[in-house]
Amino acid sequence: MSEHESTYVPKTGVEKWLDTRLPIIRFGADYLSLPTPKNLNYWYTFGGILALCLVIQIVTGIVLAMHYTPNTEMAFASVERIMRDVNGGWLIRFVHANGASMFFLAVYIHMLRGLYYGSYKAPREMIWILGCVIFFLMIATAFLGYVLPWGQMSYWGAEVITNLIGAIPVIGEPVLIWLRGGPAIDNATLNRFFSLHYLLPFVIFGVVVLHLWALHTSGQNNPVGILIPKERTAKDMVPFHPYFTVKDGFAIILFLMLFSLFVFFMPDALGHADNYIPANPLQTPAHIVPEWYMLPFYAILRAIPDKFGGVVAMFGSIGVLFILPWLDTSKVRSMRYRPTMRTFFLIFVFVGVGLGWCGGQLPDAQVVPGMPSFNLIDGQLNSYLWLTRLFTAYYFAFFFIILPLVGLKETPLPIPLSISEPVLTGPDAMAHAVPAQAEKKG
Amino acid sequence: MAESVVNENGGGDDATRRDFIHIAAGAAAVGAGVMVAWPLINQMNPAADTLALSTIEFDVGKVQEGQQVVITWQGKPVFVRNRTAAEIAHAKADDNAGDLKEPQTDAERTKPGHENFLVVIGSCTHLGCIPTFGAGDFGGWFCPCHGSHYDVAGRIRKGPAPKNLVVPDYEYLAGTNIKIG
Repeated sequence: MSEHESTYVPKTGVEKWLDTRLPIIRFGADYLSLPTPKNLNYWYTFGGILALCLVIQIVTGIVLAMHYTPNTEMAFASVERIMRDVNGGWLIRFVHANGASMFFLAVYIHMLRGLYYGSYKAPREMIWILGCVIFFLMIATAFLGYVLPWGQMSYWGAEVITNLIGAIPVIGEPVLIWLRGGPAIDNATLNRFFSLHYLLPFVIFGVVVLHLWALHTSGQNNPVGILIPKERTAKDMVPFHPYFTVKDGFAIILFLMLFSLFVFFMPDALGHADNYIPANPLQTPAHIVPEWYMLPFYAILRAIPDKFGGVVAMFGSIGVLFILPWLDTSKVRSMRYRPTMRTFFLIFVFVGVGLGWCGGQLPDAQVVPGMPSFNLIDGQLNSYLWLTRLFTAYYFAFFFIILPLVGLKETPLPIPLSISEPVLTGPDAMAHAVPAQAEKKG
Repeated sequence: MAESVVNENGGGDDATRRDFIHIAAGAAAVGAGVMVAWPLINQMNPAADTLALSTIEFDVGKVQEGQQVVITWQGKPVFVRNRTAAEIAHAKADDNAGDLKEPQTDAERTKPGHENFLVVIGSCTHLGCIPTFGAGDFGGWFCPCHGSHYDVAGRIRKGPAPKNLVVPDYEYLAGTNIKIG
């Protein structure tokens, strides 16, 4: 795709003048005419949706910062003032707060799509890794932002999460004090969290630019998962505009309908009532839970009986994504042609959702109410503790055992030679295709 | 071009000299970078006014037997508990219990002559939530966040917390006045 030749022809004198000095119009025009695999389905529209989410968060965030006061004495009141007195402040804040949830919903779908269609495999490892960097920055930014309203959940969430760092042997305690700027979460902490919460989205923006640069260097993956040979470009590719601007646009409209449903009809459904109580350092809420999008990782943290071990497992569950391209031994990208792997993938999605569910429950609560159970090591078998451990075991097994082994053992289905082939000649034609030789590049 | 001329005339001397300049300049740049980075990192450590709040005084005589008072020290809650004779006996009886993760005797956690007063930082050693007294399996504190059980001496007995409730540095000044920190 990098060889994509520019078709832009400057027409007016101004355009010609600009094109020889700063070819920015050419850059945009080339971007829009980029040859794109014609079989991209709606799962591929989440990239565009995510770009929109980032813009929404930055725009609403800048506006909120005009009214917010990052001081422990005034933060809660300033947020309430935004909600009650600032013109349209309630709308802007609800868009920002629910926007975070929508952002994570979209990013999880985007990542699972990449996992399913093997979008992380050669030559696209850098796109995937940069995506993981963005995901990690998103988690950090969301956490910092959640602290700002200085409600009970803000305060105690910050307490619990920063304490995770204190679990690191030897350096944990000094790093913890350095991070908080004092022996406890206080004004210094709130101030720096605000500063960093404002900064990180722009860092994310920068990494998104790199993510797209890598994407346009190695080319878009597609549901069939084959690299499109140069001679097939004319038949298997269409220009990004108007084909995918329209498709992305339609998906964005549907996504914004869901977004609006939350903002206008249930703006607090994804939050916690406790965060409308001002932070009280002398009283912990009865049931601390993070926002829904962090629950799977929170569940993994709680599944490990050792404090430091839990922290390692939690960060490991995100860290493993970075080395995913080298854990998958299969040369076939798309799981469309990997029926065994597809089954494991569907279980993985179920387990991910299940971990999220477990993260919101009390560890000692019964999974099946009333079912007889017995004590296994340190908890009842019929408890969320053990269900979480089962799911956690699968989560890690998926990456470290299933992906490497299945890739070596499975027999993939025949892969079509081009995007058009299965469509134009019917499924029978695929029987004659050269089996499962996914091309390697570089 | 220029390089080949230099090599022909001066042998390896110039290359060595150039390497030296490269390394010296690089080392200077790294040193300067560290010197610039340090104040930018160090500014996040506790400021002087935050550190100035590091000690407080409190009269434990105000705490009735069986009562617990929560005071704030360095932004953290401190439990001052005037324990009953039964509680102290209970704590001493458990001094050699097998389930102590961080074995400490009750005497090590209190000051001689003031065994009835237990002073601990009221933040769970797991992830910092505030444990509640009177709940849990050991007659002491229970942390609602992740289910850690502490006994009446504030020692961890069950659950994910790795350490006993921390006894801060404190000393008795005059009578029942204590200075924490």
